[in-house]
Amino acid sequence: MARQFMKGNDAIILGALAAGCRSYYGYPITPASEIAHAAALHFPALGGVFIQAESEIAAINMVYGTAGMGIRTMTASSSPGFSLKQEGLSYIAGAELPCVVVNIVRGGPGLGNIAPEQADYFQITKGGGHGNYRLVALAPNGAQEMCDLTMLAFDLADKYRTPACIMADGITGQMMEVVDIPEPKTVPYDHTSWCARGDSETRMNLISSIFLEPEDLEQHNLKLDKKYQQITAAETRYEEYRTDDADLIVVAYGVVSRIVYSTIDQAREEGLKVGLLRPITVWPFPSEPIRKLADSAKSFLAVELSTGQMIEDVKLAVEGRCPVHFYGRSGGMVPGGREILEQYRAILAGGTH
Amino acid sequence: MAKVFEKPTSFYSNFERKTAGSKKSTHYCPGCGHGNVHKMIAEALEDLGLAERSVFVSPVGCSVFGYYYFNSGNFQSAHGRAAAVATAVKRTNPDSIVMSYQGDGDLAAIGTAETIHTANRGENITVFFINNAIYGMTGGQMAPTTMIGQRSTTTPGGRTEVDHGNPIKVCEMLATLPAPTFITRVGLGNSKQIMQTRKAIRKALKIQAEGKGYSFVEILAPCPTGWKMDPPDARDHLLSTMEDIFPLGVYKDTSEDVTEDHWKRVSLPFDVNKRHEYLQAMKTPLDLEPVELKQDLNCKFAGFGGQGILTLGLFLAQVGMKAGHQVSWFPAYGPEMRGGTANCSVNICKDRIGAPTVEHPNVLVAMNQPSVEMFEDEVVDGGWVFLDSGICTGTASADRLKVTAIPAAEMADAVGTPKVANVVMLGAICAATGTFEPDYVKDTLRVIVRKKELLEMNLAAFDAGWEFVKNG
Repeated sequence: MARQFMKGNDAIILGALAAGCRSYYGYPITPASEIAHAAALHFPALGGVFIQAESEIAAINMVYGTAGMGIRTMTASSSPGFSLKQEGLSYIAGAELPCVVVNIVRGGPGLGNIAPEQADYFQITKGGGHGNYRLVALAPNGAQEMCDLTMLAFDLADKYRTPACIMADGITGQMMEVVDIPEPKTVPYDHTSWCARGDSETRMNLISSIFLEPEDLEQHNLKLDKKYQQITAAETRYEEYRTDDADLIVVAYGVVSRIVYSTIDQAREEGLKVGLLRPITVWPFPSEPIRKLADSAKSFLAVELSTGQMIEDVKLAVEGRCPVHFYGRSGGMVPGGREILEQYRAILAGGTH
Repeated sequence: MAKVFEKPTSFYSNFERKTAGSKKSTHYCPGCGHGNVHKMIAEALEDLGLAERSVFVSPVGCSVFGYYYFNSGNFQSAHGRAAAVATAVKRTNPDSIVMSYQGDGDLAAIGTAETIHTANRGENITVFFINNAIYGMTGGQMAPTTMIGQRSTTTPGGRTEVDHGNPIKVCEMLATLPAPTFITRVGLGNSKQIMQTRKAIRKALKIQAEGKGYSFVEILAPCPTGWKMDPPDARDHLLSTMEDIFPLGVYKDTSEDVTEDHWKRVSLPFDVNKRHEYLQAMKTPLDLEPVELKQDLNCKFAGFGGQGILTLGLFLAQVGMKAGHQVSWFPAYGPEMRGGTANCSVNICKDRIGAPTVEHPNVLVAMNQPSVEMFEDEVVDGGWVFLDSGICTGTASADRLKVTAIPAAEMADAVGTPKVANVVMLGAICAATGTFEPDYVKDTLRVIVRKKELLEMNLAAFDAGWEFVKNG
């Protein structure tokens, strides 16, 4: 197996190339810029397209163009830039176009800073742009997953004709790990029936999100909703570690899941029965496994790089059957294992946070 | 002669996509300019043999429903972004014929950036700009091209220079750019102008078909509804007033000088075998040579920017990779990379790595005193600390840590360059922790050191650090 020691951000482009993505449109922003650097190096070398767009807005609308041709395409940015893409994402979701968008989340609100956060959770999982739509959102927690989940994101986008998002944080983007170089795929989807490529086969097709008549738009919304339900049923992904007998279930994703993972065994050595549930898809959220765990667990703890966003989904899944505690850091502060362990001790001793 | 009365196949004969009103008539108001221009574009596509591979990108505005009429691939785009969509379609399929059709608000207000940059990149597309000096669809508001004195629903007293700015002259602006091939302004004021418009549309599309680059046709068009005039008065108004502000003419034309396909980009299908070869060539050139790991290393390397702190981490991590272990390297990224202090975290572990950020290292390399002070308390009991004794004044934790004070910078100087002080530290780490043998590490360095002119000095620095620990 050929391996490469690489940054998470670079691994995204490795996955994109393997998945058959043919074009990249982007605008520079820290801490996501390595993705554009890698795209600028590799896409043209393979005969693909790279454009440094004049703005985030232009970039996402270029994605709209290539996605409307039924050809794999992507963009990447970080939080402020991702905010600028929301209108375009709404159009892409409305027109049911497959594409991949990456958000290497940084500190906010506003200009914030370039340090890691997860405070774009609401924006990514609840809509972000206008109208009834969802992004399929995958949250890798290491360089290998940056590659693998990018490949998966392209497949899910094509399978459901919908935009898919890679939600990562500055640490996962910037750190280097060993990545197994994947086998490239031929794209197993044929979009000739709906796409517009500028050829005679697709001449009759229209890429649009406009439905002038309310009756038509409602039907369109119901169709989208049905699709989102199918995705929820079939594509929810998560990972569990030592949850079987756990009194306390910690829910954490992205880099935080790594930090939490490193505390679980230590907690067990202290006699604290703690387990980890890691959402791999933050949308669809793994509500069902959390609901099941709420039958046996005594309490939950959401740990996030935010002041409390994912915890709302945990609470919705737990349905009030046991307490859901919160521990978060923000602004680029990253919790250490020691402070997380203190949370376990306090919660399992009957404290609340 | 029958042909004259036929609709071109690039124009639908029945407008089936229309949801309201007759399928035979357009949705445009009486006297509107869009219908004329649509027909002329459709005829040109047909006559030039481009219809089959044409893509029409509609804006937001009155022509949002361009796809009702054009028998071509159709994109309805977000407000102001038609040129960006058109850019991507053309780049992805350079053989397509791509038109971005936009009104004044779309092209010259909300979409100004896309307009200018698409032109500046010389995208091999055609932009049709319908300038009627008003927002029609949204109810007659001021457009960027609304004329001084012109009343609109948002300039009820008439546009003034001071309150609203002057009308923007797009052709004149774009003509300052080197890339565009053809920039012209035409009108729909009378039949002579309409014939000129017809000619300009054909020329613009031909330029694109020949790969000669960006073509831009601005068309002064009447909007009787927005202007609150009847159609004949609107035509007169266009001739008597608009033309003074927006003179007709060719603003740029290099089509005779540009060679065919000069602006045609390459876009190739992604061959799976080619991608396989390409990706395989990206692999790190280190073959797996497993070495047993006596204990996990959780390292923090810190010092001034420029001391090779991050590189030290990369070197050790790649040695760990070659040895078949789980490795991670994480830099404290941001402003500290640019001249201040730098640090990175490296894990080399038998099993899955938890936090990539090392909170409690068992190996600390501190190449300046602030780094000692920042991290020494975090080192686990019995952990190794390596500090540059020529730079650092010392540690307060010597009783609980295994401290190696090593004049790394001086030793690096002695082998030829202060740049390899980090590799002196690498030698010291390997010797003290007993993890990797010298030949194993040096064989790795021979592969991963990028500056080959520094390789021998790197190897000597490693030996010096190793010897210092082993023999004092």
